[in-house]
Amino acid sequence: MSGGTMSTQAPALEIDHVAIGHSARPLVRDIDLVVHPGEVLVLIGPNGSGKTTLLRTIAGLLVPLAGTISICGTPAATMSPRDRARTVAALFTERPRTELLTCKDIVEAGRYPYTGRFGILGEKDEDEVKRCMEATGCWTYRDRDFAHMSDGQRQRALIARALCQQPRVLILDEPTSYLDIRAQLDMLGLLRRYARERNVAIIASLHDIGLAQKAADTVVCIHDGAADTQGSPAEVFCKPRIASLYGLEPTAYNDTFGSFELERAASAARVFVVAGGGTGATCFRTLQRASIPFAAGVLHRHDVDGMLADSLAAHVVYAKDLEPVDDDDIERAKEQIAHCEALICCPERFGTICACNAKLVEYARALGMPVYPTAEAYLAARPHRS
Amino acid sequence: MDRLRQHSSASARTRRAARTAIVDGALACALVALVCLSLCVGSVGTSPTEVVGLILQGPADSTASRIIWEIRLPRVASAVLLGGALSLSGYLLQTFFANPIADPFVLGISSGARLAVALVMIVVLGAQGVMGPWMAVAAALAGSLAAMGFVLAIARRVRTQSMLIVAGVMVGYLCSAATNFLIAFADDQSIVNLQNWSQGSFSGARWTDVAIIAVFVAASFAIVLALSKRLGAYQLGEGHARSVGVNVIGLRLAIVLMSSLLSACVVAFAGPVSFVGIAAPHIAKLALGSSRPLLVTPTSFLAGAVFCCGCDLIARTLFSPVELSVSAVTAVFGAPIVIALMLRKRSFR
Repeated sequence: MSGGTMSTQAPALEIDHVAIGHSARPLVRDIDLVVHPGEVLVLIGPNGSGKTTLLRTIAGLLVPLAGTISICGTPAATMSPRDRARTVAALFTERPRTELLTCKDIVEAGRYPYTGRFGILGEKDEDEVKRCMEATGCWTYRDRDFAHMSDGQRQRALIARALCQQPRVLILDEPTSYLDIRAQLDMLGLLRRYARERNVAIIASLHDIGLAQKAADTVVCIHDGAADTQGSPAEVFCKPRIASLYGLEPTAYNDTFGSFELERAASAARVFVVAGGGTGATCFRTLQRASIPFAAGVLHRHDVDGMLADSLAAHVVYAKDLEPVDDDDIERAKEQIAHCEALICCPERFGTICACNAKLVEYARALGMPVYPTAEAYLAARPHRS
Repeated sequence: MDRLRQHSSASARTRRAARTAIVDGALACALVALVCLSLCVGSVGTSPTEVVGLILQGPADSTASRIIWEIRLPRVASAVLLGGALSLSGYLLQTFFANPIADPFVLGISSGARLAVALVMIVVLGAQGVMGPWMAVAAALAGSLAAMGFVLAIARRVRTQSMLIVAGVMVGYLCSAATNFLIAFADDQSIVNLQNWSQGSFSGARWTDVAIIAVFVAASFAIVLALSKRLGAYQLGEGHARSVGVNVIGLRLAIVLMSSLLSACVVAFAGPVSFVGIAAPHIAKLALGSSRPLLVTPTSFLAGAVFCCGCDLIARTLFSPVELSVSAVTAVFGAPIVIALMLRKRSFR
């Protein structure tokens, strides 16, 4: 295969006006994608949007309903099964049910397109298997029965199997499912390194938006039968786009961290939380879990508490960015406090930039309102719990 | 365990090769011993030295020579070949359905073949004709494929493995019922023929039959061995097989044809024989500690041959001179293995 030299000119994968689907009616149409060698493209989108169908089509398990798929500059439809298997490796979410096969047996199956008539591995095949198993961290349990391994170990073995197919294009459907957080991070780190070092194009679907944002060079959203939202993570992962993609409230998603929050309690604030500098995050979450609507202030929009309050608080009083809290902010906060039953003051002391927040505590005391240091103290002392 | 794990992959490979050699060697020894025993034991006892002498001497006109050359040798040869064939057929079906207790008998494929052979036999004998071995194989193959088609049609609609087995058993019952009707309405001469054959037995094998069996079984064995790389990929799931370039539809067709042909061969010459197709491949896999098709194919052939040879020996000697049906004996040994398999597989639903 002259993949190495071709890949520097031609994109590893080029999808031109492709329509996909299981029946004659397309599920997604007019898909245009280009993935270059060494690049990681991540597909995101709600369940049933067609991510897996697209991956299956690229892998050659489904025929595109329209358009052309080119792999390393060659139309996929004209490639022999063997050449295609040497250029494209795919891993989907179905797990093989095996009996009496070792972990290594499973990985060795990836050498299929390189071995002879009886599938006996040569020295080169053995070396590649070992290298891929070491890279994915499953070499230590190579002789274990695959049927008795944990889901995470199996996933590593299956990814090793795909890697030792030595593909130019690697297709992964939910590669991090079944893995714990640590293993997810390791796996994505490994795949990124693998893509760069071996100049392989990776196209993967991910459910975890946070991971997608961190691992992808390019992100493609599949939604409502189209794949027209494409770009770098910074372009794609903005609040309104992600929220509309999954049909969420815009503030449920934090685009700086790529994290989601549970839905806020939907009614007028009952407690006012004075926070800032990260002192309020725990308090916000405790109140949110107890389904108590709260207001927060006076916060800076790009402070950690400010960002979290945007997702969780019923109302937030913001100060101007990078400016000290001023009297105007305090007045607005006082209006909120007036409608609350209690105040929680999270910071132990106030810094210069939010010194005025001390006035809010005084104001609450003046109104005869109880002031608590933590959400727990408030919840414990709550007068009427239902 | 830890020390085992520290071995390099090369030694893991040699260990596996050594284990395969030991298992195959042991099975081959057992087979030779059983064949010798089968040749010596019978209503007329013959000592091993006499047997060797008679075989080396070639077919002669003496009674002893006739017993060896015309009765015992062809019988033991057909038991060995058909036992291997049954085992391979079962192994193919287990791979095809990813179901550890699939085999031609359980899935009703043997019964379908039996029905077709019975039908042809009655028609041919009714017309005062003679039913040749080729015709029997052709009829059995047609019956196997028809039953297989029926099972496949059901398999498309049922999701669970146990439902597939139930469906196969039902197909088997239907075919058996139809065969019994045929026997009831057939004339006397046919009944004698049918009754003997339809119980499952290796008796009455002739050299011409053995030659035909050998051709079919050898060819099938070679084809299955050649398919082993693809079977290995198919074992890990259809999606994987296709993504490494296997023509899955072609492979499935080949599996169906080979397993039907092998079980048709058995039914045509020995009638339906139960459970060998499940027990023998399973013994082979356990003994090898692996289910890689390239290793399992020869071993399960040997295991099937040993199993059938042993069961046939028991069938004809246990209550001698009364001969049991070989299917009864294979069931006694095979059914417990199937039950154990069902209990052990937690995933079997």
